[in-house]
Amino acid sequence: MSIRIANIAKTYGRPGRGRTRALEPIDLDIHDGELIGLLGPSGSGKTTLLRIVAGLEQADSGTIHFAERDVTNVHVRDRRIGFVFQHYALFRHMSVYDNVAFGLNALPRRERPSSAEIRSRVMQLLEMVRLQAFAERFPAQLSGGQQQRVALARALALKPDVLLLDEPFGALDAKVRQELRRWLRHLHEELHFTSLFVTHDQEEALELSDRVVVMSDGRIEQVDTPDALYRQPANRFVFEFLGDVNRLEGDVRDETLTCGEARLAVPGMPDGRHELLLRPHEIHLSERDDARAHLPVSVSAVVPVGAEVRLELEADWLGEPWLASVGHETFERLDAKRGKRLFAHPVRLHRFDAERPQTLSPVCAS
Amino acid sequence: MIANAFAIGRQRRVLPGFGLSLGISLTFVSLILLLPLTSLVGQLSQLSWSQYWFLINDPRLLASYAVTLLGAGVAALFNAAFGLLMAWVLVRYDFPGKRLVDALMDLPFALPTAVAGVTLATLYSNNGWVGRLLEPLGISVAYTWVGIALAMAFTSIPFVVRTVQPVLEDLPAEVDEAAVTLGARDGHAFRRVILPHLWPALVTGTGLAFVRSLGEFGAVIFIAGGKPYETEITSLMIFVKLQEYDYAGASAVASIVLATSLILLLAINLWQGRFIKRLHGGRP
Repeated sequence: MSIRIANIAKTYGRPGRGRTRALEPIDLDIHDGELIGLLGPSGSGKTTLLRIVAGLEQADSGTIHFAERDVTNVHVRDRRIGFVFQHYALFRHMSVYDNVAFGLNALPRRERPSSAEIRSRVMQLLEMVRLQAFAERFPAQLSGGQQQRVALARALALKPDVLLLDEPFGALDAKVRQELRRWLRHLHEELHFTSLFVTHDQEEALELSDRVVVMSDGRIEQVDTPDALYRQPANRFVFEFLGDVNRLEGDVRDETLTCGEARLAVPGMPDGRHELLLRPHEIHLSERDDARAHLPVSVSAVVPVGAEVRLELEADWLGEPWLASVGHETFERLDAKRGKRLFAHPVRLHRFDAERPQTLSPVCAS
Repeated sequence: MIANAFAIGRQRRVLPGFGLSLGISLTFVSLILLLPLTSLVGQLSQLSWSQYWFLINDPRLLASYAVTLLGAGVAALFNAAFGLLMAWVLVRYDFPGKRLVDALMDLPFALPTAVAGVTLATLYSNNGWVGRLLEPLGISVAYTWVGIALAMAFTSIPFVVRTVQPVLEDLPAEVDEAAVTLGARDGHAFRRVILPHLWPALVTGTGLAFVRSLGEFGAVIFIAGGKPYETEITSLMIFVKLQEYDYAGASAVASIVLATSLILLLAINLWQGRFIKRLHGGRP
């Protein structure tokens, strides 16, 4: 079921007593069956937006439609949503089975399935979350990941039109998180519900979502597929929020940027002071400089992380150290131990101080 | 034997001062709680079983048990409902003057019970402010069991409010929200989700209020009037016996009140322990 959010705004506090604007008027269209991630730092309004869609909070203005149904003034319990909370919010005094069956048992008598049907439906849901053996346990006897799976089964029991998740994996450790993410993705492909989840973890948003909504200060900064978001960030905030960023600031004259002893050819850049940004993987390292780039750096820390090695680079001309990620092969060839002196060659540079974001490719890596 | 038990438990503890603090606590418990009780038992030992049985079976006394139990029961049930509501209002809503209402909840503890008794008696007597309004309706509060229940409810309301309040504060709003997102009507959510959480605290609070009411004296005697067989409460009977220098008789009656209270408190504690164990993951 598609969701249409139009002109939704929200302000907290009473007039005259320091009001805070939680959401600027926001418009967002979510297609049927999409998995959308709301990504932003804390205080960006993403949870408020989610709770307004759920009906747990009232917007000051604007409308929300589920397909053609206007749900703006519909009570939460009648919106047909499933909601998953960060801290699970399971009913502690009920068994896993009773937790999952809660929604079905709460239906008015006319609509309530027979107890045999409820039983088979609940067991089917527990099987789906691979917890059928735990039906008689109590929430306190389960691990965090298992509790969150119970919460998911509980939210799906009433076959909601829309599934809303508020930082669903935020309270779990990294490995369980990874596992649950993959599992949610599968579940989503299988069941095709429309879902909206909140996260402050870029990796999670990029891995899980069909489209990501990046928010800051109650505004939507960009809505795009993970790929487009990463390749064509709409602005500096999005670029910085989606990954590690290195800064290079200097004076440009005659298409050459200088910063202390560092020099870099920047074709097409106007004269003046400029700041350029680049990602760790957009730095090529070698033992020699060339005519286009003279950026001497020395390695100050080496951190091998999985398929790549992260190097921290220092130099007098750099305000804060750069982070570069290189393959193990390159790392071994360069013999990049701590204290080793190398030259950086930017493969790509991003500029956000122009009217439109620009990407420069000054160096063809040899 | 005790020393032996301690020797077995002697392992390195992280928290210091176990021996000293437990020793001081036990000494205090002995001095303040157990010593007076021993004297009660001492008084009782002057009686034979048949004398004891005869004393506690006096018809006037039996009537006082009934009145006391009825009053305490009604007061406890009233407090269970009203105290729960009060705690709910104090935790879940924000309103001007909330702090004041919160502080007022403790007033029955702070106020000398005799003051409460005199105030209630003057209010509800047939020519008091409220009594005058109720009289034409055929309702008399003062000098009936209703008045007794009222006075008991007044002095024991903080027990329910103060036991339920912190538990309600600990119950995350997310849990109510989860119930509502699952389509539960308010009544259903309250009965199935919120009440089971509050149940142990509510039962404890109500039990404490009941036990307190059983022994209440000061607040009750003025409004009760003390008509034999009708509005005499058990603690008044003890007082009467003491005035007649019948120490053994007074002790016999006191032992009944004491035993009832102790058994109730113990039962509540055991039951609550089982409930909490279940919440924390033990099998029911």
